[in-house]
Parts: sequence; structure tokens; C-alpha cells
Amino acid sequence: MKRRTLLSGGGAAAATMALSRPGLAQQDKVKVGFIYVGPIGDGGYTYEHNQGRLAVIEHFGDKVETVYQESVPEGADAERAITQMALGGADIIFTTSFGFMDPTINVAKKFPNVKFEHCTGYKRADNVATYAARFYEGRAPCGHIAGKMTKSNKIGYIGAFPIPEVIRGINSAFVHAQRANPDVEFNIIWAYTWFDPAKEADAAQALIEQGCDVIFQHTDSTAPHAAAAKAGDVIAFGQASDMAEYKPSPRVTSIIDVWSPYYIERVQAVMDGTWTSTDTWGGYGAGMVELGEITGPVPDDVKAEALAIRDRIAEGEHAFVGPINKQDGSPWLAEGETPEDGDLLTMDFYVEGIKGDIPS
Amino acid sequence: MDLSTIDPAILLASLMVASTPILLAAIGELVVEKSGVLNLGVEGMMITGAICGFAVAVETGSPLLGFVAAAAGGAVLSMTFGVLTQFFLSNQVATGLALTLFGLGLSALMGQGYVGIKPPGLGDVNLGPLADIPFLGTVLFRHDFMIYVSLALVAGVWAFLKYSRAGLILRAVGESHDAAHALGYKVVLVRLAAIAFGGACAGLGGAYLSLIRVPQWTEGMTAGAGWIALAIVVFASWRAWGVLIGAYLFGGVAVLQLNLQAAGAHIPVEYLSMSPYLVTILVLVIMSSGRGRAALNAPASLGRSFHASS
Amino acid sequence: MIRLEKRPQPSRGWSYVTPVLAVLVTMVAGGALFAVLGKDPVLAIRTIFYDPLFGEFAWYFRGQLLVKAGPLILIAIGLSLGFRAGIWNIGAEGQYIIGAICGAAVGLALYPMEARWLVFPLMILAGVLGGLGWAMIPAILKTRFNTNEILVSLLLVYVAEQILASMALGLLRNPEGSGFPGSRNLSQYEAAANHELIAGTGMHWGVVAAFIAVIFAYVLLNRHMLGFQIRLTGQSPRAARFAGVRPNRLVLFCLGTAGALAGLAGMFEVSGPSGQITIDFNSGYGFTAIIVAFLGRLHPVGILLAGLLLALTYIGGEAAQSNLGLPAAAIQAFQGMLLFFLLAVDMLTNYRIRIGKSEVA
Repeated sequence: MKRRTLLSGGGAAAATMALSRPGLAQQDKVKVGFIYVGPIGDGGYTYEHNQGRLAVIEHFGDKVETVYQESVPEGADAERAITQMALGGADIIFTTSFGFMDPTINVAKKFPNVKFEHCTGYKRADNVATYAARFYEGRAPCGHIAGKMTKSNKIGYIGAFPIPEVIRGINSAFVHAQRANPDVEFNIIWAYTWFDPAKEADAAQALIEQGCDVIFQHTDSTAPHAAAAKAGDVIAFGQASDMAEYKPSPRVTSIIDVWSPYYIERVQAVMDGTWTSTDTWGGYGAGMVELGEITGPVPDDVKAEALAIRDRIAEGEHAFVGPINKQDGSPWLAEGETPEDGDLLTMDFYVEGIKGDIPS
Repeated sequence: MDLSTIDPAILLASLMVASTPILLAAIGELVVEKSGVLNLGVEGMMITGAICGFAVAVETGSPLLGFVAAAAGGAVLSMTFGVLTQFFLSNQVATGLALTLFGLGLSALMGQGYVGIKPPGLGDVNLGPLADIPFLGTVLFRHDFMIYVSLALVAGVWAFLKYSRAGLILRAVGESHDAAHALGYKVVLVRLAAIAFGGACAGLGGAYLSLIRVPQWTEGMTAGAGWIALAIVVFASWRAWGVLIGAYLFGGVAVLQLNLQAAGAHIPVEYLSMSPYLVTILVLVIMSSGRGRAALNAPASLGRSFHASS
Repeated sequence: MIRLEKRPQPSRGWSYVTPVLAVLVTMVAGGALFAVLGKDPVLAIRTIFYDPLFGEFAWYFRGQLLVKAGPLILIAIGLSLGFRAGIWNIGAEGQYIIGAICGAAVGLALYPMEARWLVFPLMILAGVLGGLGWAMIPAILKTRFNTNEILVSLLLVYVAEQILASMALGLLRNPEGSGFPGSRNLSQYEAAANHELIAGTGMHWGVVAAFIAVIFAYVLLNRHMLGFQIRLTGQSPRAARFAGVRPNRLVLFCLGTAGALAGLAGMFEVSGPSGQITIDFNSGYGFTAIIVAFLGRLHPVGILLAGLLLALTYIGGEAAQSNLGLPAAAIQAFQGMLLFFLLAVDMLTNYRIRIGKSEVA
């Protein structure tokens, strides 16, 4: 008997998933869901995604309803959280972390009438779009400032994990730092965590003790800034968020993720019925990445140069322009050449001049 | 690779800073366990202390008041555990884990208004000429107030357990609560006091993270430090100075591996990242195999509920 | 004066009533918490406890309940044997991770072989051996060098996490994943996939294994000599030694069983609900299972119920987050409260409350 109820439940499941949708389109409000990997109070990555959600509410007012779930683990839990939102009547769901890729695709198959947007992934479907920001463009003006400002010619970089996104950022920062100052060296620490304030603080401290006077970070907390502030005479860059509390120094500028224009545009598309599955990878030009206010000890001419780099990239210049060799000396980009997006997405090598190996 | 760029004096100084949160939490837990109570809720008490200290320091502008509030917050939270395990006689392991869960949630709720704020700083203690002694000055005499507090606590706990009558009673309660009860000692009261002390120390450790070492408030910022503190107490074989050695060993290897990476050592990063845990295990294996069974110092009543049957 | 008097035998009646009582008290206290946060307490409690079981979408959530409870029960059963004997394995999370890595590694190594009858059993074996092997480290260090198993098993969790990250980034990375971290998705590789046995029910091999483990543990503890030895060692190690129990073998058995079951849980999770090895594959099942074990009073049937109850609060809690906008932290605090109350009322099972002066014995 039990088995029969279970079976009929399963049948009902399939039927409901396929059929329950059309009714929702008649509702006047568009329901927008967000799945976050961290808490909205992380002050960094998830915080900025949530700012995007708030911007959607502000922009559309009564015409939208948003729901979100924070600190969602990857895997089975993510799949359930997404399913639950779809069942709850969401019209479009943003899943904001790479680890949600397969769960998003799986759920999307069951809900053909719900739109899904997956951040930083590469798998798409008719009702799954992908989007990401060209954070590496943000590293270009910062790299320039770093190259100009360093006195020790040693620049520290705290990376989370050796994945293409982080490696791309290192390369972008290095290329521009080296153009500003051919003698720069990068000291790289892999923290093997996205978020562990204490470890990030220790990593920054270790880099400063090694003589680094500029600190880059591709981890989420402001701990490296605090270490820089304590050491004095060390500068750092805000990551994901402006980290304005460390203005004017050690934070001299920042790479800010700005999701609001994209979220508003996509929700509008759902309202208009014009939504299609797209692949968006926007940087300065699209307004998805912003350069924070340049403050502190940065002299006016360096500031002007950094702003010029940002403006040129926003107008279409690539952050990587050849000639650039790979670390082993083999050519990557010829004079004037720029890389394909596919190359960038899978980047697994350092450019020439960076010392050390990428862990694998 | 140029390892000569690692300055041992600075390395030692920063390992002291890195180890202090674990040290504070562990020395508190040591006292708790010596009284025969196993409180696995250190992580929850630490993070609660971190937000209590942070909030009060921000509101009053005084980091010292912040630390007082952190100790109070940790102690109050630990009383949940105390009441449950001592009066309701609940299972200590499960209650401790529940305390961690509860503390993580509670702290995140309390901290919602404190994200992205910079707390007031706590300057280093000015020890005058001592700070100028070569090497030792850098290692020992240029720290903030709390580092000296943590060292004083270790010494204090050691002396308390070894020489004071109250310490003797505490150990008696931990070894055999029935015997201690028969001798007329208030087992439950002693244990409650120990649990409160442990909570206060864990709170201080958490606040050291949120006010000095990081310093900022974010949800879940202790990132497992409480668990390491628990491991350090075992590592120390329930001895005060052992806790100091354990905490500094763990913190030291953690800092050293980052310094090795920064200096460009050709050791795979994965191994470096594992090294603090592996080194701690290895040292414990060497220590425990060298000693006999008798030297295993665990309090005999550890983790057992006490109910006065007569 | 209120006194407690130990019952000669735990009260059967109270042991059924207390969990219900605890849940009711939690509803009141939790409702107060939600009201303070400005949410409708009745609606919140309903969303957490009622909707997943009987609400509009219960057909989906009931299955998810099994998916969530399966690994918790499986791991907790293994842990309970050791906890009964006073052997403290706090590192099930690490054994779970290593089991998943080994199971996945075998599956990925055989990709794209189609012989499911070969691939899947080999993966199960690898998962069991992986968890077992990882648990043997604290076990052997304890029996050979007298090293404390709490510390070793706990620290090995962090080592396992590092191995996991390095596997997701290196050896097990999907060669067709264009450099992104994470392995091939095993649930899309037919021979290796741990699918639902009946679609929509949430019932996969891991859940089946959990039920089998419950029965196995019940029989072991009640009908088998080894079960008697475990219980005796927990109650009185000295008496156990006189009764011929060899403590070292018991340590190896208890840690080994716990590790094997945790590894099994990890393997079923990675090949089914989760699907792939990623940097953050583990989500705390190994630690939560410790709570489940004690909540179930280390009794197999109790663990089964405790696992389901905890899974319910997870799933209902998620629903409350997204439907009512409750912060995740509030759910965490709520779960903590539920556990506190469950543990507190347990006293009524073992003790009688007497009001008045104590009688002279």
C-alpha cells in the first residue's frame, strides 16, 4: 500500500511539474528567486548579489516579489533549494555560484517554463542563461597602481583556489603591473579557502613580512586590509565590495561587482516576454565591474593613468594585449593580438615573469 | 626560493598573535574538562564572544569594554550548556554540539547590523626599553594587551590547578564526582563555575579574532577555531603549559606554511595546507607513545553526568 | 523542594512522550523568536513542521526528507556503536569525504565502461574501504601508540578537506570541464549513477543502506555477543576486561564500522544526490550525525527517528527561509533550541521529579 501511495505521488510530481506553470504567468507580480552561496552579511561576494536583489525591488516596486535563500551548500541541498523556489512559483531564479551549475541544469529540465540564470558557469539550456563579470578587467587599473606604487617591487597576492578565474586575475594584475614597472615580482599565497578571515590575515601578514608593500586579494574578507593598515605603508585593493571602511588607506581603490543592471534587465525581459537563454560576460563596459574611488597616497598622475586604463577597457580595449608570453617563455599572444574568451575561461597558466608553480 | 627572507623574530611574534584565539579558548576548555565536563560548544561560544565584543567595542568605542562584554557573552551562553547538563542531566556531547549550532545562529542574528564596520583599535602595550632589546624585544615585548592576558591566564590556571585548594577541589570533582560529593563538595556548583570560566575564555578568544586579529565582524568568522581549541586540550594531555605549547605549535606551523608560500618554497601547496594538522597529530603520537598509560591525564569523570543519589 | 530521583529503569512511557513534548515547547519558543524577528510565528512553525509532510508540495519534500536523512542515519548508526563503548570518533566528516573520493575515483577511472553490474559494486567497495581506511588511522594510532582518537579523528577532517580540494582541482577534475574545478557528474554516467530506485520517492541506495544499517545495528546490539561487549565496555571498562573483552579489537571494530558506514554514505551521496566531487562537496553531515546519534539515545530506532526529525527541520527551515524571508541564522538558532529542549526533557525518562523532602533510604 505504501508503495502505491509513493508511486502515485511520483506520478503527481511529474504531472504537477509539467503542468502547474501556465497559471503563474497570469499573476501580475513577477517572482524572482536568488540562491546565495554565503550569508548576505558576508560583506563581499554574496552581499553584492543581494544588493542587486534590492536594486530589483527598488526599480520595479510592486511589480516584483523577490525570495532568496542564503548559505546554500552545493550539491543535493542546492538542487532542493532551487526546486523549492520553482515550486513556490518563481518565474526567474538566479543561482549565484559556480557550484550550483549542475543542480541548476537538473532543476531546469523539470521546470521548462521557469527561467534560470546561473552565475559563472558554462552549461546552458533553453531556459538556462549564464552570466558572469569580467573581474580580471578590474585588476588591470589596480595592477597599474600596484606597479607604480610599490617601492620594494614586491607585490603580494592572496588567491583562494587555483582555478581559471583566480589565475586570470593574477595574470591581468601582473601584466599591467609589469608594464608600469618592469621590476615587479609577485609573491602568491594560495589560501585554499574563500573565506577564513584569520587565515587571510595571516597570509597578508606573511606577505608583508616578505617585503611586499602592495597586497592583492582574491578572497572575501577585509582581513588583509586590516593587516596592511597595521603594517603601515602597505596598500591594498577592495575585493568584490568597495571595502570603504579602509579608505583612504590602505585601501586605495577597489574592484566592485555590480549586479543590479543585469538583474534589472533580465527581470524586465521576463516581464516583456522577451527573455532568451544568453551568455553574458560583462566588464567595465557593461557596468558589471566598477573601479572604486581612488584614494590615499596614490599621486594624481597615477590616478589619471589608472582611470585612463579603465576608460579604454570600457570602450573596448582588451585587458590582455600581446605580446604576452606564457610563463615557460612560449608565445601566448603575438604583438597586438588579444585572446579569445574561450582561452580566458580555461586559463591554467601564468604569464611570463610570474615565479612559482600553479598547484595542481 | 629565498628562505633567508623569513625573519625568525617576526615569525615568532606573528605566531603568538595567530595562536592567541585558540590559546584563550583552549585554556578555558581545559578548566572545564578538568572539572569532568566535556563542552564541545567552544566554537559557538567563541563566535558569540566575537560579536558581543565587537558590538560593545563599536558602540562604546572601547575595545577593553568589548573584551569584558565578550567574556560575559561567552559565559552567559555557556550557562545554557551548564543548566542543561548539570540540572537537566542532558548528554554533554550532544548538548555541546547543539550549543555550537545555536551560537552560530544567534551570533549571526545579533551581528546583522555590524557588517562592514571597522572596530576601534587596541594599541600595543608600551614596555619602554624592553621593546628595544634585539630579537626578544620583537618577539615578546611589542604586543597588544590581550596577548599578555592570555599568557597570564595560562600561568594562572596552572598555578590554580596545582597549588590552590579550589583547584584541588576542581580536580577532585573531575576525577570522581561521587567521591567529591561524599566529601561534601558541591559538584554541580564547581562544574557550573568551570563551565562559565570556559565560556568567558572562549568569548575572549572570539573577540580577539573580531577586534584584533582580523578585525571585522562577519558571520561564521571563527571558521573552525573552536574545534582546534578542543583538539589542543587533548593534545596538551590536560596540562596548562601543554595548552600553550599546543596552541603555539599549531599556530606556528599555520603561520610558517604561509610564510614558506610567500617566500616561494617549492613544496606543493596542498601539503603545506595540511601541515598544521599533520604536525600536530605527529607530535601527539610521538608524545603519547613515549609515555606509559599512566601518563594519560584525562579526568576520569570526563563527560559523565553527575546525579547525587543520596 | 524539587528533587530528582533516578528511575531504576528508564521509563518507557516517558521516552515516547518526551520528544513530542520537546517539539511542542520548541514550537512555542521558536514561535516567539520568529515573532521577535517580525514574522508570523504560526505560519513559520507550520512551514517548518507541517508543510514538508502534508503541504501542497509534500510529494516532493517527503522524498527529500529521505535524501537528507539517509546519510545522517547511516553515519549516526556507525558512530553510535563507538559512542556506546566510549570510543570517540568525531571525524566522521573526514571519513565521509574520503569514502566519496574513493568511490568517485573508481567510477571515474572506469569511465565510460558500461557494465553497471561491475562499476557500481566496485564503487561501493571503494567507498567502504576509503572510509574504513581513514578511520583506521585514529584506530591504529590508538591501539599502537595510545594516541587520543578524539584529536586524531577531528584533525583528519581538515586533512580530508584539503585532499578533497586538491582532488577537485587536480586528479579528479572533469577533463571536459574546460579547466573548471569539479569532477565529471557521476549521476549522468549510467553505470555509476545512484539514481532514485522509484522516481520521485527520494529512495536511493544510500537510503536503503541506512535502513539496513538500522536493522543490522539493532540485531548486533541485542542479539550478538559483540553488541553485549560494546555495551559492557561503555558501562564499565574494567568489568568488560574481566569478561574477556579485548579493548583493542573493539576499538578497531567500532572505528572501522563507523568509518565504513560514513564512507558508504559519502559514496552514495557523490554518485547520487550530489553527483560530483567539488571543492565544497561536504556539507557537515559527519558532524550533524553526532547530534543525531545522541538525540536517538544511541539506539538504532531512535537514530532513525532523530535523523528524520532533523532532516525535517532542515527542509522545513529552508522553506521558511525562502517563503517567509527568515534569515538562515534564525533557522540555525531554532534548530539549536530544538536540540536543547529534546536533550533537556530526556531527563523525565530517566528520573522522577519529586516534590518535598527526600525520604530516608
